Amino acid sequence: MKLTNEELNILAILDESHGLSTESIAMQLDMKKDDVQKLIKKMEDENIIVSYPTLIDWNKIEGKETIVAMIDVKVTPQRNVGFDEVAEQIYRYPEVTSLYLMSGTYDLSVTIEGKTMKEIALFVSNKLATIEYVVSTTTHFKLKKYKHDGVIIEGNNDKDRRMVISP
Amino acid sequence: MNMNYQNYLSKTANDLEPSGIRKFFDLAASMEGVISLGVGEPDFITPWNIREVAIEALQDGYTSYTANAGLLELREEITSYLKRKFHVNYRAEDQVIVTVGASQSLDLAFRAILNPGDEVLVIEPAFVSYASLVTLAGGVPVRIATKEENGFKVTPEQMEAAITDKTKAILLCSPNNPTGTCLNKEELNEIARVVKEHDLLVVSDEIYAELAYDQEYTSFASLPGMYERTILINGFSKGFAMTGWRLGFLAAPSEIISAMVKIYQYTTMCAPYMLQIGAIEALRNSSDQVEKMKLNYWRRRNFTVQSLNRIGLECHTPGGAFYVFPSIKKTGLTSEQFASELLQQEKVAVVPGNAFGESGEGYIRCSYATSIEQLQEAMNRIERFLKTIETKQNQKLEKAK
Repeated sequence: MKLTNEELNILAILDESHGLSTESIAMQLDMKKDDVQKLIKKMEDENIIVSYPTLIDWNKIEGKETIVAMIDVKVTPQRNVGFDEVAEQIYRYPEVTSLYLMSGTYDLSVTIEGKTMKEIALFVSNKLATIEYVVSTTTHFKLKKYKHDGVIIEGNNDKDRRMVISP
Repeated sequence: MNMNYQNYLSKTANDLEPSGIRKFFDLAASMEGVISLGVGEPDFITPWNIREVAIEALQDGYTSYTANAGLLELREEITSYLKRKFHVNYRAEDQVIVTVGASQSLDLAFRAILNPGDEVLVIEPAFVSYASLVTLAGGVPVRIATKEENGFKVTPEQMEAAITDKTKAILLCSPNNPTGTCLNKEELNEIARVVKEHDLLVVSDEIYAELAYDQEYTSFASLPGMYERTILINGFSKGFAMTGWRLGFLAAPSEIISAMVKIYQYTTMCAPYMLQIGAIEALRNSSDQVEKMKLNYWRRRNFTVQSLNRIGLECHTPGGAFYVFPSIKKTGLTSEQFASELLQQEKVAVVPGNAFGESGEGYIRCSYATSIEQLQEAMNRIERFLKTIETKQNQKLEKAK
């Protein structure tokens, strides 16, 4: 699908921050507010804009800490049961936060979140590994989140070091 | 022994006007929670690929001098950049110098062309250094005050009126700091006509050339008959977000360049080796990032101009750089009063327009090189500030009745 410059500009702003009002977006792009609203609605309907998630660092909040694991899953697809069908059996679980079909040494990359390691281990052994076409699983626990979706979470964030006034 | 240093300092140094920004800086720097629209540099940090290459250069031991004019490899990248972007042809061997910031390019240009008493036309409001650089080189700055109703653009008539038999050169800056004004091809051609008629040189400060939003940028040297007369100055600071690297460059006819190289070798020797290597990477592999930053500035410009006009500070839409220059005349305050009261009451820093020449009185410079969220907050604060002024004005009127 080809988008217009105006649509691409709107996406660029939303991609950086979705906390801005349509009015602010309209002003930035020198457009009418109604037109911005219409284009956003259109792109939502076309599922180009899928949703507006907020990046939250849960581990900063006491009692809300989560453990995240990425699991490499090997699958043997059968006649009439392709990757898509196996994937659906996996992504239906609410614990699964993302799922990708991969090229390379394994087939599906599953990300799951849990409160404890035990919770994740149980999910893998009781639910994931028991799915009929799943051949093997390798679980990797995430230890630290440095960068997520282009945002540096922990580390040397570029701060403003400029003088308050300069010519 | 108490020494009276006034007796030791040179007359030139003593007579230099202190920068109008200085005292304001001290005040703003001492306060907390200030939103600054007073910054004359990008809020972006130099793209990582450029930084990485410079780090590697330092690691690999590129710590010696380079040729006075700069690394030939960098000068070759500069000439191909100038050709690609601005359609001007220079030879890397003898027509380009890499300098310590575009500021030094300006200094070299004036030292190379001015005899004592030679006049240089400086179009104001202008960057704070211009007039002083001319003076330091022994020349005489002749100021031309542009007007808001002309979009802060100089007219050929104004130039004609300012030209004498001592006029040597005209200093142009488009897009302009502090007004953001960008001259189009026709306007530049008008200037070129006057330049030719009076046999002048042009020092063209094109440091904001990457940040022209509404039309394709025209380099003065690309105009017919102007190549021979132009000292083109550009650099990495603004477009590539590399202010602290202090890297600029000059391109000019080889006779002028060789005079400047002589001065340069005695005063500075060369720009830092490892940073020149970073600059090569900037010219080779950063156009996407430069474009992205430009798009960001463009959005902020639109936002800022509309916001200012909406809250009652009129301003024209500047075609480039990252400044707007709204009028504050209706508040009845001077530029300095406005800036200082705004800072104290609402903690928003702007630069009083008179810092850029007398013709800047009645205006303030707002830089939009800051995040949209900060801009939004700054606009809210300025609006509140304007309301308090209005209330005071009304109270005065009531009393007078």
